[in-house]
Amino acid sequence: MGNVARFILRRRGAHGSGKGWHWTDIFTWVWLIGGLIIMFGPAVWLMFSSLKTPAALAEFPPSILPYVTSQATVEGYDKPLMLYDAKMPDGSTRVLAEVRRIGLVAQMVDPKAPGDIVKVNINDRSPVRIMSFATNNYTEPFVHFDFLRYLWNSVFVTVVATVITLVVNSMAAFALSKYEFKGRSVAMLVILATLMVPLSVIMVPLYSIISTLGLFNSLWGVILPTVATPTGVFILRQYMLTIPDELLDAARMDKASEWQIYWRIVLPLTAPALAVLAIFSVVWRWNDFLWPLIVLSRRELYTLQVGLSIYSGELNVQWHFILAMTVVTMIPVVLVFIFLQRFITTGIAGTGLK
Amino acid sequence: MTTPSLSSLIMAPINAVMRIIDAPLRRLQKATGIGGMAAFFLAPNMLIFGIFVLLPLVINFVYSMTGGTAFFLSERDFIGGAQYSRLFECQNYLDPMSCQEDAFWTAVGNTFWFVVLQVSLMILTALITALILNRELAARSFWRAVFFFPVLLSPVVVGLIWKWILQRQGLLNFGLYQFGMDPYTWLTDRDWTFAATIGVSIWAHMGFYALIILAGLQAIPKDLYEAAEMDGTRPARVFWRITLPLLAPNLLVVVVLALIKSVQVFDEIYVLTGGGPGTSTLFLTQYIYETGFASALRNPGLAAAASILMGTVLVVLTLIQLGIGKRGENKGKR
Amino acid sequence: MGEIKLTDVKKSFGALAVLKDIDLHIKDGEFVVFVGPSGCGKSTLLRTIAGLEKVSGGEIQIDGKRVNEVTAADRGLAMVFQSYALYPHMSVRQNLAFGLENSNMPKAEITERINEAARMLEIEAYMDRRPGQLSGGQRQRVAIGRAIVRRPTAFLLDEPLSNLDAELRVSTRAELAALHGRLGSTMIYVTHDQVEAMTLAHRIVVMRAGQIEQVGTPLELYNEPANRFVAGFIGAPHMNFLKADVVEVSGELASLSVAGGYRVQVRLGQAKLNSGQKVTVGVRPQHLVVSNDPLSPSVKVRLVEALGSETVIHGDIAGEKMLAVLPGQQRLNAGDEVRFDLTTPPLHVFDDNGFRLLTYAGQLT
Ligand SMILES: Nc1ncnc2c1ncn2[C@@H]1O[C@H](COP(=O)(O)OP(=O)(O)O)[C@@H](O)[C@H]1O
Ligand SMILES: [Mg+2]
Repeated sequence: MGNVARFILRRRGAHGSGKGWHWTDIFTWVWLIGGLIIMFGPAVWLMFSSLKTPAALAEFPPSILPYVTSQATVEGYDKPLMLYDAKMPDGSTRVLAEVRRIGLVAQMVDPKAPGDIVKVNINDRSPVRIMSFATNNYTEPFVHFDFLRYLWNSVFVTVVATVITLVVNSMAAFALSKYEFKGRSVAMLVILATLMVPLSVIMVPLYSIISTLGLFNSLWGVILPTVATPTGVFILRQYMLTIPDELLDAARMDKASEWQIYWRIVLPLTAPALAVLAIFSVVWRWNDFLWPLIVLSRRELYTLQVGLSIYSGELNVQWHFILAMTVVTMIPVVLVFIFLQRFITTGIAGTGLK
Repeated sequence: MTTPSLSSLIMAPINAVMRIIDAPLRRLQKATGIGGMAAFFLAPNMLIFGIFVLLPLVINFVYSMTGGTAFFLSERDFIGGAQYSRLFECQNYLDPMSCQEDAFWTAVGNTFWFVVLQVSLMILTALITALILNRELAARSFWRAVFFFPVLLSPVVVGLIWKWILQRQGLLNFGLYQFGMDPYTWLTDRDWTFAATIGVSIWAHMGFYALIILAGLQAIPKDLYEAAEMDGTRPARVFWRITLPLLAPNLLVVVVLALIKSVQVFDEIYVLTGGGPGTSTLFLTQYIYETGFASALRNPGLAAAASILMGTVLVVLTLIQLGIGKRGENKGKR
Repeated sequence: MGEIKLTDVKKSFGALAVLKDIDLHIKDGEFVVFVGPSGCGKSTLLRTIAGLEKVSGGEIQIDGKRVNEVTAADRGLAMVFQSYALYPHMSVRQNLAFGLENSNMPKAEITERINEAARMLEIEAYMDRRPGQLSGGQRQRVAIGRAIVRRPTAFLLDEPLSNLDAELRVSTRAELAALHGRLGSTMIYVTHDQVEAMTLAHRIVVMRAGQIEQVGTPLELYNEPANRFVAGFIGAPHMNFLKADVVEVSGELASLSVAGGYRVQVRLGQAKLNSGQKVTVGVRPQHLVVSNDPLSPSVKVRLVEALGSETVIHGDIAGEKMLAVLPGQQRLNAGDEVRFDLTTPPLHVFDDNGFRLLTYAGQLT
């Protein structure tokens, strides 16, 4: 135990002069703990909030956990009544339901004996709070709004675009790494050049091309412009360059066609790089916003991102639904983060791509 | 015999398809030779590139010289440089509001200040974070992951998270309330909203740059530090005389990369503020988007002209980046 | 059948001419070894025959048919690569099956052939392992197995033993020879190791800088090398070369002055020498014997390598280097003087272009 603590609290002072905390040690830990709170806090807050009822969301100051004032149906009253812990004049505490409030006095009844009204000063009573998870924040949007549709659209776009990206990029990378041909360097240059053409620069003409092709208001219009990623071609090509050419020659001697060489030899051996690209592509496509916003104008075609932003931009925002759907939208990315974070961070550090 | 594994079950139909594809491709290979197959492998990617990247790039120039609200080029009239002169028409060049396209100049101004502030603050925090993560630290990969977490979040999610925090009953006001301060509607205040866009976008992207800088730090040979320690060099001096100079090329690339991304800022800010209040957080990409598509008075030609101006800035930045990369390489060789 | 004929084969990579006018006729069932220093074009020649490289000129025939335009897959040859080039993601069995599956062979026959090859090469124990789980020697066998199952018209082997350790190399060499005896198919074998060439080949093709220097049986090359290059390349340690002047030609005999004036006589045979001509005399280190004759040229010993069964002497003779391999163990030390008899050993005489003019059988008794 002592060892662990010493290890965790290892610091400059301990390392250098042998004792004491150097100011950089303090700064480091302030920065790290602060970072932990600032980076994770907002998302955690969002998740807690997403489980609150609209009433709880409207409260200020807010509670961290999803508490609600508990209610009870009391005989003789149509609506459910709020429950309070009321302090009785004799000093005991009873759970009473509030019927109405007049000035500083609340008229309350005992839910078990609804006959007599008890008058209680409002300062002598406090609401009975119970934890309650508003799970219908999650179910409602799927049932009554189009979110199931949006979820499906997002999944469709992400999966199809990723599969096409992997196939198309790996084919190009194969050609650019394993063949000598005229125009190879031109092709490389063209691909490199497209690295610096962001969507915001070409969205107007791209839109007209998509319309001309009849892909406006079609998920394919969202998918196709994204699949020929130059970064994908580069990572895969870099990886394929490490596969020895003798292997391909051996396959040629083994009567393999070039297609078979690609499919049976090169692709399986490129699996690690393909996995990295697949992860990136899933995150990219899942998170895409501006382009789907332009291409999709019919509600039933929205992806989650577009649907969310449209709903959140409406006049009376139904935050309890928006928050829950934001969490749903976040889930795949959080899963990727938890399980594949190492992959991604080393991928970025190695290639500088995002 | 073993039972077939899940992967072989999935692969079986795919393999069958591949075998079917193989027959015509063998004939193609016979006809065109191995060189022809190279073209075949390259074709799909290049075709998609051509249609969805290169073609729009070319059309964009034509587009920016046409007028009207129609999207099909054939239905648009050629008007020469009118869109550009419209963008540049101002009574007083020092006051954006006196320009015909005041929204454009507002967006340019906003984007400029955003880029300057966001990039400088973000690189500073990223550098500090990277330096800290580069220390001898328990559970370093955990801490690295902490700062990296928001990078993966979708911009819409980022926008909504912060919209929720900055709203009147939000977490920020709650925090202030704890200290006895009054709640404030942050997102209706022009200056605070602008500051929020900077803060939020730093929050969302800083981890990415920290990671790249960290990779640069770790590429600095350890023996340099050991030598410095042997010489009894003070830590501050080590930082200024060893770390920073050796990190400089990496840092320059990171800065330019951040500039390029920052100029295009849109998604999370659009969700967070929608460009408001007023036009206080209207940035270039949103201007192009709204001019081209969203507003009732859309003018795709004007949007195209604006996007070309923005593209020019990006090209300049990219060339700087490539130049730096080249210099770095040469240095490495020497 | 596995007859391969090369006529005027040329190959260049851009401006770099790697093969220059290669003419070669390989008979069916022959074991031919291409040998030469690294970078001389052996692999390129082999790959050109395989169809992995297109020739830039000339013609390749297999069994009398021109195959210049035939792809590697359809030439019916099999190749064993220096790196083995086993498919890392397939098991040994799949590695062997891959080529057969590609030619749409029935499953039963594939299994039969694989089993046969596995038995022959004794690799049955690890048929389901991946190449990464095998030792170098095992991988090497699998690579050969992959060629064998194809039943090719000819085997092409590119330095197949160079990645093995010395001991394994010797035993595998013997196995390869046995394998050739058993299969009887044509084998073309590339190596830069002349010992491998000598022990394996029916015929050796010595190459240098994209050209064939000499083709012949191992002993032909050893006994009658066409030029200084072949003479120096074949045989270890390499042949000694000494500058010489033709002093006198009289009838059948010529008198040469070597090693600073020492006279040797050689029988001319068909060759012609002119007096005053500058030549080079080659003598193999193994053919030198110590002489007690005070008139024999003296060699200053620089280094003695005692190998037990023989002793290698590095020395200087009149400013030129001289190697000698003496039988058994010798009482010699660096700095000693030792005399060698140059009149009795076989001598090769080369002109100043390096061509062999004559070989004098010597008077070894
Ligand atoms: N694909 C190629 N492109 C250019 N030069 C090559 C290529 N392959 C081989 N060479 C050159 O051809 C020469 C002969 O190579 P190689 O046949 O591999 O020699 P080796 O006799 O060692 O097997 C070398 O100088 C090599 O650099
Ligand atoms: Mg070679």
